[in-house]
Amino acid sequence: MAVMTYLQAISDGLRQEMRRDKRVFVIGEDIGVYGGAFKVTQGFQEEFGPWRVIDAPLSETAIVGGCTGAAIMGMRPVAEMQFADFISCAWDHLVTVAAKQRYRAGTPVPITVRLPSGGGFSGGPFHSQNPESSFAHIPGLKVVCPATPADAKGLLIEAIQDPNPVLYFEHKHLYRRIKDEVPDERYTVPFGEARVHREGDDLSVITWGAMVYTADEAAQKLEEDGISVEILDLRTLAPWDKEAVLRSVEKTSKALVLHEDTLTGGFGAEIAATIAQEAFENLDAPVQRVAAPDTPVPFAPVLEKAFIPQVDDVIAAVKELADY
Amino acid sequence: MATGTAVDVVMPQMGVSVSEGTITKWLKSEGEEIAADEALLEISTDKVDTEIPSPASGVVQQILAQEGETVAVGTKIAVISPEDGAAEAPETPPEPATAQAAQESEAAAGAEGETPRAEKVEDAREAEPAAAETVETPPEPAPEAPPAPEPAAQEPAARPEPDGDGRREGKFVSPVVARIAAEHDVDVSQIEGTGRGGRVTKKDILKHIESAPAQASAAPAEEEAQAPATPAPQKQPPAPAAAPATTPAAAAGETVEPMSAMRKGIAEHMRRSLDTSAHVTSSIEVDMTKIASLRQKLKKEWAEAYGVNPTYLAFVARAVVETLKDYPWINGEIRGDSIVTRQFVNLAFAVELADGKGLIVPVVKNAETLNLLGVAKAIADVAKRAREKQLLPDDVQGGTFTITNPGGYGTFHGTPIISQPQAAILGTYAVVKRPWVVEDELGEDAIAIRSIMNLTLTYDHRLVDGALAGRFLRDLRERLENWDESAE
Repeated sequence: MAVMTYLQAISDGLRQEMRRDKRVFVIGEDIGVYGGAFKVTQGFQEEFGPWRVIDAPLSETAIVGGCTGAAIMGMRPVAEMQFADFISCAWDHLVTVAAKQRYRAGTPVPITVRLPSGGGFSGGPFHSQNPESSFAHIPGLKVVCPATPADAKGLLIEAIQDPNPVLYFEHKHLYRRIKDEVPDERYTVPFGEARVHREGDDLSVITWGAMVYTADEAAQKLEEDGISVEILDLRTLAPWDKEAVLRSVEKTSKALVLHEDTLTGGFGAEIAATIAQEAFENLDAPVQRVAAPDTPVPFAPVLEKAFIPQVDDVIAAVKELADY
Repeated sequence: MATGTAVDVVMPQMGVSVSEGTITKWLKSEGEEIAADEALLEISTDKVDTEIPSPASGVVQQILAQEGETVAVGTKIAVISPEDGAAEAPETPPEPATAQAAQESEAAAGAEGETPRAEKVEDAREAEPAAAETVETPPEPAPEAPPAPEPAAQEPAARPEPDGDGRREGKFVSPVVARIAAEHDVDVSQIEGTGRGGRVTKKDILKHIESAPAQASAAPAEEEAQAPATPAPQKQPPAPAAAPATTPAAAAGETVEPMSAMRKGIAEHMRRSLDTSAHVTSSIEVDMTKIASLRQKLKKEWAEAYGVNPTYLAFVARAVVETLKDYPWINGEIRGDSIVTRQFVNLAFAVELADGKGLIVPVVKNAETLNLLGVAKAIADVAKRAREKQLLPDDVQGGTFTITNPGGYGTFHGTPIISQPQAAILGTYAVVKRPWVVEDELGEDAIAIRSIMNLTLTYDHRLVDGALAGRFLRDLRERLENWDESAE
């Protein structure tokens, strides 16, 4: 058991899978010689060679399209989008081809697409988004959003060995900020099993990714006011652990869904609707959502802070819900 | 006060929350002279008793409210006319003489108009007594006219009482509170709410049920009086546990965890199976020595060529499939009043999940088409996928006969439960070396060390008779002890 940053845990999982399984290779922009924009694949080309650590041209279409073909031929490609935002270029290959191949032809498409996502560092509208809900909406794709270093590694290995295309959203703000113990050996974290990040009785905050820590900080402050907050880290959105959410809501009867993605059509809407439909008779208050407003992510630090849900936003919403 | 304009005296606001005052005594009577700031009357409010000074010098021209009368703040109670030219004023409602008076009366009018309405919205019951008291309030007191009851003030009295279905006028009852109220037959209107606007929260109702179980189950008398036609709700003894559908409380030293969906499913199926089939178990001892040596021989070859292990289970499964061909009822099913038999064997295997919390029973379809290697591979495949939770729905359906293998832990006997709607389940147990009586080459008895395995067949005695089960086990043993390698 070693203490690793979130980023080191991703590298560690990826390196272990490449050592274990020769079918696994990585491809992306500047991931080889340069070691990746965020240095996740630093040293990989030296260890695995240029044929397994491939520097791709600036074409997400080519990267994902190539991965789809390689996967159909039996490889286990891991693609890196330099920023999650750029995946829109590869939409067609992912959504039209990769997501539906198994359904149409019975061929598995075991691709993992790594997506450095999220804001908090003035990256502006092209380098800060969290487009997970767009892909969680597509049948045939799996969507993973780890929050802890241990989950980052276990979910990445699970993603690589999964026979389906998996979108792995790694939050840039957590890369070097979050450190924790990570098992040395190979292990997987199953998809669709939420993690209770913090137990509480008064209300449930359902979230994922970097917002787990925003919620946690809020919960610590709220504890001083006598409000006991349960935090559920969904870990994966497709599939998502509906049972865990309903269990938590059954206990607390009040739910707040928190995400960094924009509000309208965000994955929080799916969760809120499910709670309303399946836990109606357990509700003691309307389901609340805290999310970013429906605008592009602003550059200016002050505006970005106003855009991304902050600890105080969560505290205000939780108090509102607790007082209801 | 030389202008000749009459000055109104109004009931003053004697504190923020005071909305009315009672006139206890007039210190001057009509026609008497009075100086500015001289005491004119005494009033009593729920906060203070005090003298009211005259706002102007002159003559008390009119007294509009009598001693003992309670009037709203801002109501005109007297008119003072200046000393000179007092005569003309009385019949027209005089304008407020001073800016201060105007302000007072406006503020007072606002208070009068809004406060009771706000109360009505918040709580009809609280507004009620206030309404009763204000019935006699002269509204916009026209001089000479007897005070008329304000229609708006009477309205609260006509509002319905709490209607007894768990709702209180103007207060939202959340779904969970409504459900708990229905389950415990509690009148929500009887509970003090701590939520927004006095709403009864889940915590409030749970606390109420916990603290006053007797009170909770007793419906208010008025409720029954109001709804004589409806049958009285079934009075249930209040449940000792606080919340229905929430996890029961753990006693000291206990841990309570919710049942997983799988565990609930297993629990339901196990109980249902015992309620359905007539379970009987027969056992047989099988000499596996020949198979043990064959396994040793095949192990290396299979590992290299196919990456699969020739397990005892694979041998047993293969022999079971062959034997079932002669015993269609054991591979059959009771469906209604009919007996269903098949020309195929879908062999189900109980597989323990990795975390030790549950099992799943994947099915090897058409096992009759597989040789020993095929069966071994198929078992390894479904077991692996079961542990990795990668089984498809189709993989766990359609079994016709089940094998369970608790022998891995060394147990030598058990009585498994049949997987419905099948007719039987075979248990395989630990292979152990035992002293065994055999026949030597001279036909004499001798004691040898042999690898012995117990098998149990648990069968539905409704369909399978004991003799049939015995013959099946005998044939199965025969097949295993005299394994025909060439047939594979």
